[in-house]
Amino acid sequence: MAEPLLEVRDLKVSFRTEDGIVRAVDGISFTVNEGEVLGIVGESGSGKSVTVMSVMRLITDPNVMYQGEILYKGRNLMGLSKDAMREVRGEEIAMIFQDPMTSLNPVYTVGWQIEEQLNEHNSLKKGQAHRRAIELLGQVGIPKPEQRIDDYPHQFSGGMRQRVMIALALSCNPDLLIADEPTTALDVTIQAQILELIKDLKRDFGSAVVLITHDLGVVADIADRIIVMYAGRIVEEGDKDQIFYDPQHPYTWGLLGSIARLDRPRPRRLTAIAGQPPSMINRPAGCSFRPRCPQAFDRCKVEDPLLTDKVGSGHLDACHLAVEDKHARRDATIHPELAESA
Amino acid sequence: MATFIIRRLLWLVVVLFAISILVFLIFFATPGVDPARQMAGRNPTAATIKNIKHEFGLDRPLPVRYGLMMKHIFISRDLISYGSHTKVIPEILAAAPVTFSLILGAAVIWIVFSILIGVAATVFRGTFIDPLLMILALIGISLPVFWLGEMVNLVTQSRAHGFFLFSWVPPLGYTPLTQDPVKWFEGLIFPWLTLSVLYIGFYARVLRANLIETESEDYVRTARAKGLSERRVLMRHTLRTSLITFVSLFGLDFGVLVGGGALLVEVVFGLPGIGYLTYNALTSLDLPIIMTTVIYGAFFITLASAMVDLVYAWLDPRVRTA
Repeated sequence: MAEPLLEVRDLKVSFRTEDGIVRAVDGISFTVNEGEVLGIVGESGSGKSVTVMSVMRLITDPNVMYQGEILYKGRNLMGLSKDAMREVRGEEIAMIFQDPMTSLNPVYTVGWQIEEQLNEHNSLKKGQAHRRAIELLGQVGIPKPEQRIDDYPHQFSGGMRQRVMIALALSCNPDLLIADEPTTALDVTIQAQILELIKDLKRDFGSAVVLITHDLGVVADIADRIIVMYAGRIVEEGDKDQIFYDPQHPYTWGLLGSIARLDRPRPRRLTAIAGQPPSMINRPAGCSFRPRCPQAFDRCKVEDPLLTDKVGSGHLDACHLAVEDKHARRDATIHPELAESA
Repeated sequence: MATFIIRRLLWLVVVLFAISILVFLIFFATPGVDPARQMAGRNPTAATIKNIKHEFGLDRPLPVRYGLMMKHIFISRDLISYGSHTKVIPEILAAAPVTFSLILGAAVIWIVFSILIGVAATVFRGTFIDPLLMILALIGISLPVFWLGEMVNLVTQSRAHGFFLFSWVPPLGYTPLTQDPVKWFEGLIFPWLTLSVLYIGFYARVLRANLIETESEDYVRTARAKGLSERRVLMRHTLRTSLITFVSLFGLDFGVLVGGGALLVEVVFGLPGIGYLTYNALTSLDLPIIMTTVIYGAFFITLASAMVDLVYAWLDPRVRTA
């Protein structure tokens, strides 16, 4: 198999704070292959954003500490000089952020902001960047791009601004596009449009995509592989069908159980995962999810489960339950109405 | 844009009218203030006071006196000072260039240095340079300008005047730019520095606070994610938006100073500007001069705030349509 585009090896990111060291990301490893869409799912504070911000080296907090390696096309990004890293940012790895309302500079026209990036990474003749910017705005579905290019961000709606952000991110044909909750700040119909757009553009530009979300529904359609994160660690990893049709970790069950589905026999109350994520300063002994896990048993208290392939076929999970033991428990969590009627 | 300017100009007229009435009432309708007695010298007879009152129109009803004063200021431009019995308008016109020279020079110095210090403090955050600069700025803000001015005079005019560093400093006073540019510059350099110290300190601190606030904005993160250099991120993205507060402060301070707010500096350095004129008029209760300088000052303050709005619109496109 070819070398992966991005390989994260045992990444640990922690922050020194007054209360102690916050282990935001606690030893995660994953790969992204060329042209692949990787979904990273988890609730707020699970370390998703910190992970990708570390890949971009965009964390400016002076109290941050890193361990581990981030290999992009075989080069360790952690070891690159600031200038070498700038070459990577924007040109090879581009990023779309959560809130399109605040992610664009309010005092420059959208065209100026796209052209700025084009000129930073390419030596373009006068007018070339402008034409390219119009072309990009057209590609992301902004009507009348040749007029809108001179508008300021506040003259666009939220969804349109996110399209501008995408145009900005794709302007230098990056090999990897990181989308950090790109649809969270948008309303549902716009969400679907933006996801559709990312899917289409991924095909046209051939970029790999890392899509971060707290909503499994968002990655259902678009992702090839999915990573589920909890409390700074990966608790389950597999391809899309494995995660959706054969989830192994009780946390994933909880996430799946909290999605509203239209293809179920009768509507029911959505089940939420009880409790709060653990403190990232003093991690509880044993499994981090144990305090919230309805399936927990004695072993979970003492032994930290490792992320291993228990099912076979490259589907990794970090849970002590035996694979055979899981089916009945799982159905009760994800589809309680099915369990009741049975 | 044209309607905006016209609206601002009309507003200017309204504000000036209101201010002139207010000032007029404060000085002419306040009980206990009797300019005639002031002018009459020591132990005047009742007849003398009555004569003076009649001569200056002080025995007529207030609205008439207001009207007359406005006519003398704006139409016939021959308002007579109570103290020196000279025409007020030419005096103001002669004083204005002095004040302009002082404020313009000081403004250039304080803008340049406060931006340098504010940006440097932000860039060197986390090192000893940032707190050092901020403490210096605080000291600058805390020094009373009249004291600083006297200290500067003490050093450059007497104690160390013989020393080669300060031997070129001309005696206190003002030389018009048109008469001798070098002397103009030499005479103003210390007043400029003295006046700008306070503003450098203040503006540097405000700018630093704004820069740090803007640093955490999402669009600054976007700018970094685009692969721009730190320098470009700072200059084009962080500084540009941080300057919005800076500009509004500057406009108002500039207006106040041009309008006579640099009174203390002008008095300490013997510069016959608007502030100096106001100061003398206040000590002798020379009401026509006070009236005129206040209206003059109000004019510049209102004009400056209108200018601020225009620059605002240029800096922040979100204001333009509003």
